[in-house]
Amino acid sequence: MSAATRQRRRAHEDRYATWTGATRPYDLVKEAVVAIGAMALLATLLTIVFSSPDERPSTVAQWARTQPVDFVATASAELGGTSDTAGYGPPYNHAATGQVIGPIQLQKWAGVSHPIDTARDFVIDPLQTITNDPALNAALAAYEAASPKQQAAWNAAYAHAVERATAHGTTVTVPDAGAAGPVAPMMASLLSLAQSGGLDGALLTSRNFYQTDYTKPLLFMADGSLLSDRAEAQHLLGDQWGMMNETGSYPGQVWLWLYTFWYQIEPFRSSENADALVWALMALLSLAFICIPFIPGVRDIPRRIPLYRLIWREHYRGGA
Amino acid sequence: MSADRMWTTRVRERAVGALPPEKLLPDRQPAYVASWIYVFGVLTLAALVVILASGVVLGLKGPAWWHLTGIGRFFNGIHLWAVELFFFCMVIHLWGKFWMAAWRGGRARTWVSGAVTFLVGVGAAFTGYLSQQNFDSQWISTQAKDGLNSVGIGAFFNVTNFGQMYTFHVLLLPTVVLGLVVWHILLVRRHGVVPPFTRAALAASNAEEES
Repeated sequence: MSAATRQRRRAHEDRYATWTGATRPYDLVKEAVVAIGAMALLATLLTIVFSSPDERPSTVAQWARTQPVDFVATASAELGGTSDTAGYGPPYNHAATGQVIGPIQLQKWAGVSHPIDTARDFVIDPLQTITNDPALNAALAAYEAASPKQQAAWNAAYAHAVERATAHGTTVTVPDAGAAGPVAPMMASLLSLAQSGGLDGALLTSRNFYQTDYTKPLLFMADGSLLSDRAEAQHLLGDQWGMMNETGSYPGQVWLWLYTFWYQIEPFRSSENADALVWALMALLSLAFICIPFIPGVRDIPRRIPLYRLIWREHYRGGA
Repeated sequence: MSADRMWTTRVRERAVGALPPEKLLPDRQPAYVASWIYVFGVLTLAALVVILASGVVLGLKGPAWWHLTGIGRFFNGIHLWAVELFFFCMVIHLWGKFWMAAWRGGRARTWVSGAVTFLVGVGAAFTGYLSQQNFDSQWISTQAKDGLNSVGIGAFFNVTNFGQMYTFHVLLLPTVVLGLVVWHILLVRRHGVVPPFTRAALAASNAEEES
């Protein structure tokens, strides 16, 4: 930009800096009080008419009772290291690099800040809290003493067998699970522990008495079908514009429509790096939104499309 | 030490110089401020007051209260609908200010502070959804973690950690929003509402583009 252009632009800016024309009375405090009263009244009326949504949370116990086959199938995947969480990568483990934006590997560079060993944290450690079951203790001892190759063979055999599992009420029958060695009794015990509600507590156990971190039970449940089944019924899945929806027919985070929109179209929809790409795009768009006053072309749109004539129609009608 | 060299004196003189009482609490405004679009700025602020007031009640009683009592559910409803009204009014306010090119005349910081408030407000609302302690929170946290983890934010901002999200929601982000809003209002009071485009300036801009 030349010095002359800069000078002309500065002159334009100066013209708008201070208003020296006509004014009219303005009661700022009254306006604020009336506005607060109006908003409080409107929010109260909307609450009286529509209330607010509150779908009860899922529990591991509920999952194990209503979908016992899905529970043992998911638990065996956690033990065998084939679940989504087991293969996630940072911040939970080193099993994968995570998503990338070209050569930029932000997920990997941020590191493993919340380490999760799905076999130990979701299966073995909770089972070790059961101390009065000699058969289970023997199965656990056998599993832990076995070589990784043997463990993998047992896990593969159970994963194969559980595909034909059937449920009768809360009981699961897994046919031909003999080749799975100690994994079959371990899964049966974990199912019982989960159905009793004990696994909900065991997944939260740490060195502290008070708990606020639900990472482990949430990731475990998210690997199964219960949460996604409930979400689909409530139109909350990603391909249902889920991030901006709310349970029931309530308005949710509608201001996230643009973020959700990118997931519905290519190339994002089918990309393995969809999350990272959408976040990068939204970061750029957010920066552009903040910087509109400094972006040539964009900042000139309001001048070129004169909607301002509608806003200030009385001003212009007065011959200004 | 003479009074004019004291930091306190300098801060006071600078503050009063930038925002004298008649600018801070004016009883007159430009005649061109005569459109319904101007209402949405103050309505956004009013909705924020309702959000903060209902949020204080919910916070004082603890995060589980609203699930267990009718009065708790009522205040949660007020909080939820005030948030919806806040964003509704704020989006209209932002669109209005865009079409006014409200950054003209040295008001770029006013736009920037408003835009940043919107983005931080989105984060504040998001952590509120994560703090509900119901199925919605469970689903949103297990889905949102992938986006945050994919760009490394999840390593520091764990959406499945209720305690961390609750702290962000009831303390950290509201403080930032409130600070930004105060800054925004002071900028509006200092620089005033942007005047309409003048014919002379429009003609000069068009001529500049053609040359």
